[in-house]
Amino acid sequence: MDNKIQTTWERIKDSDIYFSFIKSPTAIISSIILFIIFFCSFFVEFLSPYDPFDPSSLSLMEAFTPPSWTEEGVAKFILGTDGQGRDMLSTILYGSRISLIVGFSAIIFSLVLGVFLGLTAGYFGGKYEMIVMRLTDVQLTVPSILMALLVDGIARGIISRELHDEMAIYVLIFAIGISEWPQFARVSRAATLVEKNKDYVSASTIIGVSNIIIMFKHILPNIMRPVLVIGTIGLALAIIAESTLSFLGVGVPPTTPSLGTLIRLGNDFLFSGEWWITFFPAIFLVILAFSINLLGDWMRDTLNPRLKK
Amino acid sequence: MKTFKFFKILLTFLFVFVSTQSFAKTIKWSMQGDSLTLDPHAQNEGPTTQVSRQVYEALVTRGLDMTIEPQLATKWSTTDPNTWIFKLREDVKFSDGSKMTSRDVVFSILRAKQRTSDFKEYISTVSGVEAIDEYTVKVTTSKPNPILLNQLSNIFVMSRDWSEKNFAVTAQNWDAGQETFSATNAMGTGPFKITLREPNTKTVFKRNKHWWGDMKDNKVTEIHLLPIKNAATRVAALLSGEVDLVTDAPVQDLARIGSSSAHKVNSTAQMRTIFLGMDQAADKLRTGNTGDNPFKKKEVRQALYQAIDIEAIKKKVMRGLSEPAGIITFPGVNGYTKELDARLPYDVDAAKKLLADAGYPNGFDVELRCPNDRYVNDEAICTAVVGMLGKIGVNVSLFAQTKSKHFKELKDNQGDFYMLGWGVPTLDSHYVFHYLYESGASWNKVNFSNSEVDAAIRVMEGEVDLDKRNEAIAKAWKIVKDDISYLPLHHQVISWASKSNVDVPIRPNNEPLFRFASFN
Amino acid sequence: MLVVALVSFSLFNFVGDPINNMVGEETSDEEREELRESLGLNDGIYVQFSRFIINASKGEFGISYQLRRPVSDLIIERLPATIELVVVSALIALISGTLLGVYTGINRKGFFSDIILAISLLGVSLPTFVIGILFIYLFAVILGILPSFGRGEVVDLGFWSTGFLTVSGLKAIILPSVTLSLFQMTYIIRLVRAEMMEILQTDYIKFARARGINEKSIYYKHALKNGLIPVITIAGINIGTLIAFSIITETVFQWPGMGFLFIQAVQFVDIPIMSAYLVFIAFVFVMINFIVDILYYFIDPRIRVKGDNVSG
Repeated sequence: MDNKIQTTWERIKDSDIYFSFIKSPTAIISSIILFIIFFCSFFVEFLSPYDPFDPSSLSLMEAFTPPSWTEEGVAKFILGTDGQGRDMLSTILYGSRISLIVGFSAIIFSLVLGVFLGLTAGYFGGKYEMIVMRLTDVQLTVPSILMALLVDGIARGIISRELHDEMAIYVLIFAIGISEWPQFARVSRAATLVEKNKDYVSASTIIGVSNIIIMFKHILPNIMRPVLVIGTIGLALAIIAESTLSFLGVGVPPTTPSLGTLIRLGNDFLFSGEWWITFFPAIFLVILAFSINLLGDWMRDTLNPRLKK
Repeated sequence: MKTFKFFKILLTFLFVFVSTQSFAKTIKWSMQGDSLTLDPHAQNEGPTTQVSRQVYEALVTRGLDMTIEPQLATKWSTTDPNTWIFKLREDVKFSDGSKMTSRDVVFSILRAKQRTSDFKEYISTVSGVEAIDEYTVKVTTSKPNPILLNQLSNIFVMSRDWSEKNFAVTAQNWDAGQETFSATNAMGTGPFKITLREPNTKTVFKRNKHWWGDMKDNKVTEIHLLPIKNAATRVAALLSGEVDLVTDAPVQDLARIGSSSAHKVNSTAQMRTIFLGMDQAADKLRTGNTGDNPFKKKEVRQALYQAIDIEAIKKKVMRGLSEPAGIITFPGVNGYTKELDARLPYDVDAAKKLLADAGYPNGFDVELRCPNDRYVNDEAICTAVVGMLGKIGVNVSLFAQTKSKHFKELKDNQGDFYMLGWGVPTLDSHYVFHYLYESGASWNKVNFSNSEVDAAIRVMEGEVDLDKRNEAIAKAWKIVKDDISYLPLHHQVISWASKSNVDVPIRPNNEPLFRFASFN
Repeated sequence: MLVVALVSFSLFNFVGDPINNMVGEETSDEEREELRESLGLNDGIYVQFSRFIINASKGEFGISYQLRRPVSDLIIERLPATIELVVVSALIALISGTLLGVYTGINRKGFFSDIILAISLLGVSLPTFVIGILFIYLFAVILGILPSFGRGEVVDLGFWSTGFLTVSGLKAIILPSVTLSLFQMTYIIRLVRAEMMEILQTDYIKFARARGINEKSIYYKHALKNGLIPVITIAGINIGTLIAFSIITETVFQWPGMGFLFIQAVQFVDIPIMSAYLVFIAFVFVMINFIVDILYYFIDPRIRVKGDNVSG
């Protein structure tokens, strides 16, 4: 067992990816930042002394405390507090967790859907392929934000109000995910077309391995590289889409704010001198998206020099 | 030749540019909402009336100090308690130059009583109106109506000929989405006329040359209404000089606006009290978890009352611009006293004890309904209340939505616990009791019912001896205050922000009158 | 188009009872029935659908629940604002995107290229609304040189109200259009750069170099022409994306266009506006795809030779 981990590790160390990674300062820095953000967001309960979602723990008299380094700041609220007396840092971390959950879920949803359709389309071909690709083209022309707004609008009409707040996050995941899948479908189809004609596939077919096993066990691992690149860039897009929708007031409800919701709420205090309420969530969002994009950019150059969006 | 023409055009442009720079005295006015329709009888709603008021006039009106003054009528008298005679001004012309006579007044009052009018309930006691001669109108009521003048101050007078010519004889049916000429055009006797109307974007008012009255400052020639929905954008527009006056400046930005030498802020107590209502009639809360209705118990209501730190709300949410309230009426209203307006002390421990005594040591769940675009910082107040009640174990979930939906659903009896604000246009306590406390009253959504209070309301309506009447008012206030039927929060303060050189007098009903505007 | 019409029709029909959305609770049952009859809600579903199609093709979508005005009027009123915003943004994005893309494609290792690329990556990471807020704060509030909201003075040409003819109108369009174009611009920069880099490696460029054609002519006459082909497809899709993203820009800048109308409709569940907007957008997309196909034909000689259509 021990031995096996060792070899895996060594294999990673030997790979060109690893080599390229340690040679690229941007990649290292952005992954460190991302790691910190991920870690803090997902373990915020254990890191933060505050629970911004427990209204009874808040004190309104502590509202609008500026960041700790300013004159009126208090050491216990490093980034200050918002209009309800919530600690900004904790609120941002909780908010970025919501943003990350929505972003990841949406991307996984579209990845599964897109890869499945692309893989099967590329593998089987024929009319099925034509229909899938036509669908992809149509979907590609519909901008994600519009698609998401429509899905949300329809959901508001269908789902009752009580349910809507609980469902909002799933609606959002579906709305963003549904608009991202064509990218995955296109890339995985193209990659499948290449793989399909390789010897190992023909060999498997000859010895009677079933189509499903060929597709998912043999072809799938070989097309994952470009899919991962698209996925990383897509994650940044999904996080931005989520925050945009929340900013427009059609995303997650203010009771469980994401970064976009926080920026929207803080926007009311932009001119009144309480700049930190909107500034920190905004800068946090930009750092998050920028780091993911940097990593995605590096991955694109390294993993798949020929792939261009 | 060509060059000459070019120069001419250039000169014209230059002239237009220079002239607009130095002589144009336009006041650019912004607020969150826009008038819903220009038809003066189709919607009885704040911004709609504010816009109509610049263009249309009524028989009587409230002046800057909010007292009733003559407008289209110069004097009036009652021949018996149900008959009113109004003498009209004889020098009034509509902005198209035609004379205004009694037939226009009769036409307008009848128009406001039509089925499609939103004022039909408002003047329901008016049973008849007729022209005695060209400048005399008789109004009859079905029962004695002490507040008829108040009501008539909101019934705007339209031109009968203009309405007939433009197929606008009936009030626009707003609910059915009817399109009428009168909804997009306005022609009245007021100081301004509307020359451009782009709903929710821009409305241009220009001086009506035929107006009978005098402007305070003749330099005020144009008013542009530019509604900006987003509060931050509205403030940005004021600070950058794109608008001159904001009549609903967000409280958190007032300090910043006031600190700029180019701007000023005016505040005044508004005739409105904000409070929370708790349905005390339902057997079981719609959004509760205890299977009963805790609000039926006075201890619970008092516990919620004493758990609310109104000073903190005043300081942090309202930035000092509110007056904590003990009753749902404000200074200046007949029946108001300082003693009544005193609040129970903020006391979390007492509140917890009351709650435990009432049988809810662990609190209960309930949903608080709030508007998010009606009162000053309405949603933020509710959020603060949610936190404060959480401290005594009452687990409140907040449901904030746009005002039209909030009020509609409240009227449909969907609320357990809700926010409401109440103004008193008549400046008499009766108005509060009649709508909020009388058994089965239209806005009595806490379902308060008390035979003594109902009896006192009858006295307020029929008693001519003022001392006896005031006694009844005082008694009714004492009963409802002791019962804690509502949780009063505060009297609202409104603030207008403008450029320093623009003077538009602030009024407690939040309605600007641009005929009193001036530049300095 | 038919599919979209069906979707928006079902949106119309199955999302609640429109009557309840339109009238107050004090409305009597007779009045409700009257309204129901006048709206044709008592007819069969096929009759209703065919009427919806006929009305939609005439541009009629009923009455907005929220504003109580015919949706077609609202759309027509707000169409010019959105079109002007999108066209200006598209031009900014295309022109500056192409220029910067070519520059970075040619000067691969230059200092400026690195800066441009870093900024473009930042541009992709900055949500449009954050840029908008930033711009308002900087240019309108702090510097006070550009307006923060609205279209300024517009001139009504009868069928079209334009902001291009007044100083304030022109000033007003700067911030929203730049905000809207940034995201697209970064895409175009990267695309053009990649295309240029690839084309400069191809044989015919090498051949041109060998023949001694000067560098400028190679770059702009030969390379760029081919590099523009994908830009046109992207630009086509971009127009659609710009219209969609104008929803955000219009909200931030209170631009009185269709996107602003739409976002308010979504919040209010104002179905007639939503379905009308949907049909309109679908129409725009169909048109864009059509135009892009035609443009392809003119620009790429290979398609003319082969005579088939490779675009999707």
